[in-house]
Amino acid sequence: MYMDCNTEEIPKPISELEKTVIEDFALFDDWADKYQYVIELGQKLLPLDNKYKTEEYKIKGCQSTLWIHAVRKNNRIYFYADSDSTFVKGLAAVLINVLSGQPAKEIVDSHLEFIDKIGLTSHLAASRSNGLSSMIRQLKLYALAGSEGLTT
Amino acid sequence: MKTADDHTKTSSPSTMLTFDPKKVREDFPILQQKIFNHPLVYLDNAATSQKPQCVIDSISKYYTEYNSNVHRGIHFMSQKATDAFEEARVEVQHFINAKSDSEIVFVRGTTEAINLVAGTYGRQHINEGDEIIVSEMEHHSNIIPWQLLCLEKKAKIRVAPMNDDGELIYEEYEKLFNAKTKFVAITYVSNSLGTINPINKFIAKAHQNHVPVLVDAAQAVPHLKVDVQKIDCDFLVFSGHKMCGPTGSGVLFGKLEHFELMPPYHGGGEMMLSVTFEKTIYKEPPFRFEAGTPNIADVIALGEAIRYMNRIGMGAAFRYEEELTAYGTQLLKDIPGLKIIGTASTKTPVLSFVLEGINAMDAGMYLDTLGIAVRTGHHCNEPVMKHFGIPGTIRASMMFYNTKEELNFLREGIMKTIKLLRR
Repeated sequence: MYMDCNTEEIPKPISELEKTVIEDFALFDDWADKYQYVIELGQKLLPLDNKYKTEEYKIKGCQSTLWIHAVRKNNRIYFYADSDSTFVKGLAAVLINVLSGQPAKEIVDSHLEFIDKIGLTSHLAASRSNGLSSMIRQLKLYALAGSEGLTT
Repeated sequence: MKTADDHTKTSSPSTMLTFDPKKVREDFPILQQKIFNHPLVYLDNAATSQKPQCVIDSISKYYTEYNSNVHRGIHFMSQKATDAFEEARVEVQHFINAKSDSEIVFVRGTTEAINLVAGTYGRQHINEGDEIIVSEMEHHSNIIPWQLLCLEKKAKIRVAPMNDDGELIYEEYEKLFNAKTKFVAITYVSNSLGTINPINKFIAKAHQNHVPVLVDAAQAVPHLKVDVQKIDCDFLVFSGHKMCGPTGSGVLFGKLEHFELMPPYHGGGEMMLSVTFEKTIYKEPPFRFEAGTPNIADVIALGEAIRYMNRIGMGAAFRYEEELTAYGTQLLKDIPGLKIIGTASTKTPVLSFVLEGINAMDAGMYLDTLGIAVRTGHHCNEPVMKHFGIPGTIRASMMFYNTKEELNFLREGIMKTIKLLRR
């Protein structure tokens, strides 16, 4: 489900993936189950090479340490992440699942309304909620940096 | 760990002989609920305690029956409110055994009380080159006001260190005193570790050097019988909300000899005798330090909280809490990869710990899904975390209404957390 830059496969559009995530989360009514599902998503995330676990790739504004590395290939942006927090890694996985492998412009323009619909944000402490915002901002910044070279 | 017996011997005979936590729990309506379909296990008492029904009723009664401004009205309700407000002051006076109710100033909480002393007594007495001693285990609120003062006065903070059990090292503290030492600000009980400091000894040492002492008793008053005359502190500060009282109610105790010479902190109504544009004559303490309309409802309810604590018997409650601490320590200490942080020989009921390979906040969030409320992080205690070389802990802090059964739930929760989160 996570797009690797070495695959030829093209992901479904963001809006469709968002719908799928909403449906997936709707299967759990219980916050404990949702929490566990986020953890599982994080565990399945494609590994981030240790060489990217440096200050340069750290996301500021996260109380936990989170590193995100982006690769641009065929005008698409691929994301890789890791964190010392299993839950934060899971949150990153939720976003990467939707955004990785998408065209840069689509990532920048995405509204990611699904985040509010999957019932996670209300359970996040302020520091984690801010962390999630920083994460989204950083993913878009990577895409923006990638998209500048896209226009001909 | 001191055993329950040690405290039985020293406690006063008037306290309850048997303590029934199940019965006491019934006084706290908030504890009777489910969180995410699990019975609430509230173990974040060092952040704030829950309130018994009588305290909640006291606030409601004030607003329903006699809400009026204090110290200034001539009508019936104003007099009633003033009486209740001043009764609360006397209640606090007896609670900490102050000599006079003029030594009790109502503030919003511990933080405001410390800022008040730093901003008045501190500004009066601290000069360039002077030194203020604090300990390594101070809450940020007993560090920052002194740092601000030092910055303004070009004075210096000296830090009394602790050992790896989380106990202050008296011999090191002693060495910090010199001719420049002008003040000591020290905690009675550590908020993140639960250590009970031998405060008498630390105060006596300061007094030998003619240095006054402020004691942060925020974490002491919910558990220990505090006696300001016995420990002979110059100032003592605490919050109401950690001892079954409402938020926004707090106490500054100060020896009258200090209060009388201190300038006001805030200017405003009810702290002055007469005002002209040339000169204002201030009231005597405690009113000099209570500018403006005070937090009447919550102060009255704080008085009720003290009456409640007296009724259940603090000695009996603490003996039971010690039993909980010992039981909880036994339950947790053999969990693989769990390390208890703070192993002082005398402790309030606090179990702070880390889980190897697991982010504390992840663990706290997962425990929350099971209805278990703990606190995670540095607990406004970054120097303590630095001492142990950790970013933070998971802190389960108990109160007399917690039960062994709840600690069993905590253990189960931790086991589940490890299974889910350990990488």
